[in-house]
Amino acid sequence: MSSLLLDVQGVSKYFGGLQANEDVSFQVNKGEIVSIIGPNGAGKSTLFSCITGFHRLDKGQVFFKGQDITNRKPHAIGKLGVVRTFQIAQVISDMTVLENVMTGGFLKHSRVPEVRKRAGEVLSFTGLFEKRHRNALSLSISDKKRLEVSMALAMEPELLMLDESMAGLTPVELREMIELIRKVRQRGVTVVVVEHVMEAVMELSDRVVVLNSGRKIVEGPPKEVVANPEVIRAYLGERYHAARQ
Amino acid sequence: MFDISGKQITVGGIVLALLILFPLVVTSPFGQHVAIITFMFAMCGVAWNLMGGYAGMFSFGQVAFFGIGAYASSFLLVTFNVSPWIGLMVGGVISAMLAASIGYPCSNLRGHYFAIATIAFAEIIRIVFNNWKLVGAAEGITVPMLKESVGNFMFHSSKLPYYYIILAFLLIAVAVCYWVSSSKMGYYFRAIKESHDIAHVLGVDVVRYRLYSIMISAFLTSMAGTFYAQYILYIDPESVMIMPISVQIVLVAMLGGANTVLGPVIGAAILIPLSEYSRAWLGYKGTGVDMIVYGTLITIISMYQPNGVWGSITYLLRRGK
Repeated sequence: MSSLLLDVQGVSKYFGGLQANEDVSFQVNKGEIVSIIGPNGAGKSTLFSCITGFHRLDKGQVFFKGQDITNRKPHAIGKLGVVRTFQIAQVISDMTVLENVMTGGFLKHSRVPEVRKRAGEVLSFTGLFEKRHRNALSLSISDKKRLEVSMALAMEPELLMLDESMAGLTPVELREMIELIRKVRQRGVTVVVVEHVMEAVMELSDRVVVLNSGRKIVEGPPKEVVANPEVIRAYLGERYHAARQ
Repeated sequence: MFDISGKQITVGGIVLALLILFPLVVTSPFGQHVAIITFMFAMCGVAWNLMGGYAGMFSFGQVAFFGIGAYASSFLLVTFNVSPWIGLMVGGVISAMLAASIGYPCSNLRGHYFAIATIAFAEIIRIVFNNWKLVGAAEGITVPMLKESVGNFMFHSSKLPYYYIILAFLLIAVAVCYWVSSSKMGYYFRAIKESHDIAHVLGVDVVRYRLYSIMISAFLTSMAGTFYAQYILYIDPESVMIMPISVQIVLVAMLGGANTVLGPVIGAAILIPLSEYSRAWLGYKGTGVDMIVYGTLITIISMYQPNGVWGSITYLLRRGK
């Protein structure tokens, strides 16, 4: 456990009477790709928001590199090196692609020429350099998701948390995105993804955390997890599970 | 977009030279007065734009800062014989601090709700000043006559010094806006305008940068207020703290083109002469014809140039390339 990066301990979050997360714990080691999966409404995005400071936790603690980041403000957590994206790609609509990435780049650098240069490098890395002068809104869904990843990378994170970056992509775009995330990891960035696209989860993840109704039910390597009866029950229902027995 | 080219410097230099020569050619006091008021609103529009245009915080309460700027310098001059130039700085600091103290609790207000808060704020300030004996309540303050000099910020024989001072103020405001919009702060303002969520994701301290925007805007607007007091030499709540001034400032910025450095200047150059001349030519009949003409023109511009005049000009220039 020498390379422990993110340590989530007993996180609970309630919206009124609804328990969105209940006592969720998991760890992420440096250099890993960890997927969080679960049926709709399992609390995956809420967990993301709790870790990155967008929601206040009701219980539990979050540590990043041993430092307590529980309930810190999102920008402070970002500065420490934890950056997230949103389920619906969020870009700044009256900016070009390059300017969007530059806005992220200002987190670690303040001089405009330097930030612009680094943003250009990030865009070359993510394959959007040719489109850098296009307006961000004019991009296709897949390019927008790519832009979001670029903006996050410009912030030079150690831990990148992607919320459904594969949803709505064509098979070809999906391949490209999987490749991109692999490349990101090669750069030394640890990645946590919330994902529904199982093809990507199976291929990318070192480990999978499964949530259901806000609780963690299983954790392990992808092949083991999908064969786990509890997971099948959560996804396909009690009756299907019984029929298979 | 924010790189200055040689061509832009040339054009800017020519425009500046023309503005410097303008009052030497147009010698009528009314013509000069219109130019002065135009610059004053242009400056307020540029200041509003930092909040409303870039950071997306629609303020309909700018007049509060304008009024505080006017009152701070006048009160200090009348009561303690403090130079209006120091009053200008004091007013600016008070406005910025007040802006921060009201902006902080409004940190989560966006869109219409923020706009409503600014209206309420400005009205509260007006009512307070209307009843505050120390600053003359509804009677206002008459600025005492001093010998004319730059040091006294007062001139009687000619409007020329006022013209050049407000032109300099406007240039300062434009320079500040240009600097802000092309630096980290400008990018962060635009992220905040898009949504607080995306700004948070990008590591922007939303509360802090919103306050920066509000405070810079308040300081510049307050400077214009001090200028107005020294120019007119009489202020009361009904002349420097009323809603129509706030609306005028928003109109100037929106019609010229919010979110651009020079948009509000263009907006003021169109709207203020229109308003002043329609009042001079048509207003005396007391039938409100001037307001009808003025309102019609605003409607036409908003219908055909929704991005603002300057937005349309830059669009045409870019297409022409």
